[in-house]
Amino acid sequence: MKFREEYRDPAAARHLVRAINATVTRPWTLMEVCGGQTHAIVRYGIDQLLPDQISLVHGPGCPVCVTPVEYLDKAMEIARRPEVIFCSFGDMLRVPGTAGDLFAARADGAEVRIVYSPLDALDVAREHPEREVVFFAVGFETTAPANAMAVYRAAREGVRNFSLLVSHVLVPPAMEAILGSAASRVQGFLAAGHVCTVMGFEEYLPLAERHRVPIVVTGFEPLDILEGVYLCVRQLEAGESRVENQYARAVRREGNRPAQAVMGEVFTVIPRRWRGMGEIPRSGLGLAPAYAGFDAERRFGAAVPAADTAGECISGAVLRGEKKPPECPAFGVRCTPERPLGVTMVSSEGACAAYYRYRGAA
Amino acid sequence: MAESPFPACPLPAGFADSVQLAHGGGGRAMQQLIDGIFRAAFDNPWLQQRHDGAVFELNGRCALTTDSYVVWPLVFPGGDIGSLAVNGTVNDLAMCGARPRYLSAGFVLEEGLAMTTLGGIAASMAAAARAAGVYIVTGDVKVVDRGRADGVYINTAGVGEISAAAPVAPASVQAGDAVLLSGDIGRHGIAVMAARGDLGLETDIASDCAPLAEPVLALIEAGIRLHCVRDLTRGGLAGALVEVAQDAGVAVHVREDDVPVRAEVRAACELLGLDPAYVANEGRFAAFVAAGDAERALALLREHEVSAGAVCIGEVQAAPAAQVTLRGPLGVPRVLDLLHGDQLPRIC
Repeated sequence: MKFREEYRDPAAARHLVRAINATVTRPWTLMEVCGGQTHAIVRYGIDQLLPDQISLVHGPGCPVCVTPVEYLDKAMEIARRPEVIFCSFGDMLRVPGTAGDLFAARADGAEVRIVYSPLDALDVAREHPEREVVFFAVGFETTAPANAMAVYRAAREGVRNFSLLVSHVLVPPAMEAILGSAASRVQGFLAAGHVCTVMGFEEYLPLAERHRVPIVVTGFEPLDILEGVYLCVRQLEAGESRVENQYARAVRREGNRPAQAVMGEVFTVIPRRWRGMGEIPRSGLGLAPAYAGFDAERRFGAAVPAADTAGECISGAVLRGEKKPPECPAFGVRCTPERPLGVTMVSSEGACAAYYRYRGAA
Repeated sequence: MAESPFPACPLPAGFADSVQLAHGGGGRAMQQLIDGIFRAAFDNPWLQQRHDGAVFELNGRCALTTDSYVVWPLVFPGGDIGSLAVNGTVNDLAMCGARPRYLSAGFVLEEGLAMTTLGGIAASMAAAARAAGVYIVTGDVKVVDRGRADGVYINTAGVGEISAAAPVAPASVQAGDAVLLSGDIGRHGIAVMAARGDLGLETDIASDCAPLAEPVLALIEAGIRLHCVRDLTRGGLAGALVEVAQDAGVAVHVREDDVPVRAEVRAACELLGLDPAYVANEGRFAAFVAAGDAERALALLREHEVSAGAVCIGEVQAAPAAQVTLRGPLGVPRVLDLLHGDQLPRIC
């Protein structure tokens, strides 16, 4: 596997920066949608290489950050039941709900296991038929196919002690919500490459057309992001608003059809509440009626929407791209990864955590 | 909450209610635990040295250190809990500039542990002790009920003699020092994660677990102006450099491209979303030496197998104090800070 040689090459980066400088004539605000892109930008200092006219704002594509607080509370409530083995991606364990996080629940005696795939959680269910095994299914279109596959297999094999606590969300409706917001400054998008690996990019075509906004499907390495910025700026300067695919080495127009098929079989599109963004119509996935038996909310009670007690935290505005982390008066002072006021400081993909980790508290 | 049967110990405001895994992760949570509970309770001048071991006078200068080993699985590519328990303590003494001499070994055994496993661990410890030139001269055994431990836990303590004239400690680090790294980083942490089998990673990455006293003592004996050495265990390269920068009140500037990481370690880190700078090592150290001695020090280190891949990765400057910056491949510097606890694999 090669990384640096091809996609982190300083000479190629300088070449792209020169091309961007030669193209830009006016100020533009672009949003990178995915938290992985945000981290690459801050880690490699890509924003500091760009001309002053280009402002990158950070998008809502951090799965941990947008999971609403009631699902964290529900996760902890389920995890504390003695018959339950609660399985989750590691990144979710540190996210605070109304009271504490899953690490704290584990320290109190709840059986919370970190798994690396929902299929590992299904294995746990097979190994412990006497226990209820619940997997915390969060994330975007990237994680949904594997989660769907776990349920599909559980159904086919008759594994009855397995269920999902589902808080899946979809990217295009969130982009639409941002574009429809009066506070939005976004003039062009770097779309999340990995999401498009699964979904393709046909669903972005009407979005680009309706809102007259260029959308460039972009990868995650420094050169990917610089090229995505270049393509997006080139369109803006030319007054164009097309969908372009920078990440052609991984993304096809139609996406990954088998992955979409299993998602379509197991999940159905529903409205979802997003932490920091509120309810967005048709913006999430829930289990389809035929698989409703695998819904942890059916077995253990539904998550009841709770108010975000944001206080002085501006994570909602950060997730909508309206503010940047250092604009928050609490950043690095009253809000740190040890004592986070909001999820964007907790998650390894959160924008505030990226600034804190790579640029320090100042 | 039930009243504690122990004497009152005032905790800093906002301290965690209970111990969590992050408190042992080598990051900021562990630093807070040590400062808030242990340093507060035991405060004395030797603890204030804030080093891998304590240095004191006892018919000559000595170093004392202790470490507990709870690694799982007990055996992993490149080592096992026994070799780790000897090398880890030998290395902590070496990081004080001491020649390791005598070790103690305390065992907490879980009822049901296979006797062949225990025998194998003892043999591994004996071999590691021979290789490091130390003797295990006293010990202790406790057996607990099945389920109250994870096979075997080992504590080792060690004493060593110090011959260096100047203290080898963070306080000796000064602006202008060169920062040397003894070889490639990240292998131990990835090898142990892969050996746990829950990553689905098939790799032949082996731990770098090894004794480090010989190359460190070679620097001292050759008269290299060695100001500080720190092994890169929990918290990795980043953790070690940040601790030294904070304790010495200096700025450490590192060039990321000069930090060696093997391709297979880099690939595993990319897949899991981990930063190799924070992954644990058990046979690597960073050395802070006077700039004029850097070339000679590198040549000396490269004569030893465990530090054959030694390189210069950066230098110490006066400002910004207590900070580590890493200049990335695109030339833009970023701050390297302690993490809260362990790195967690990302979601997507």
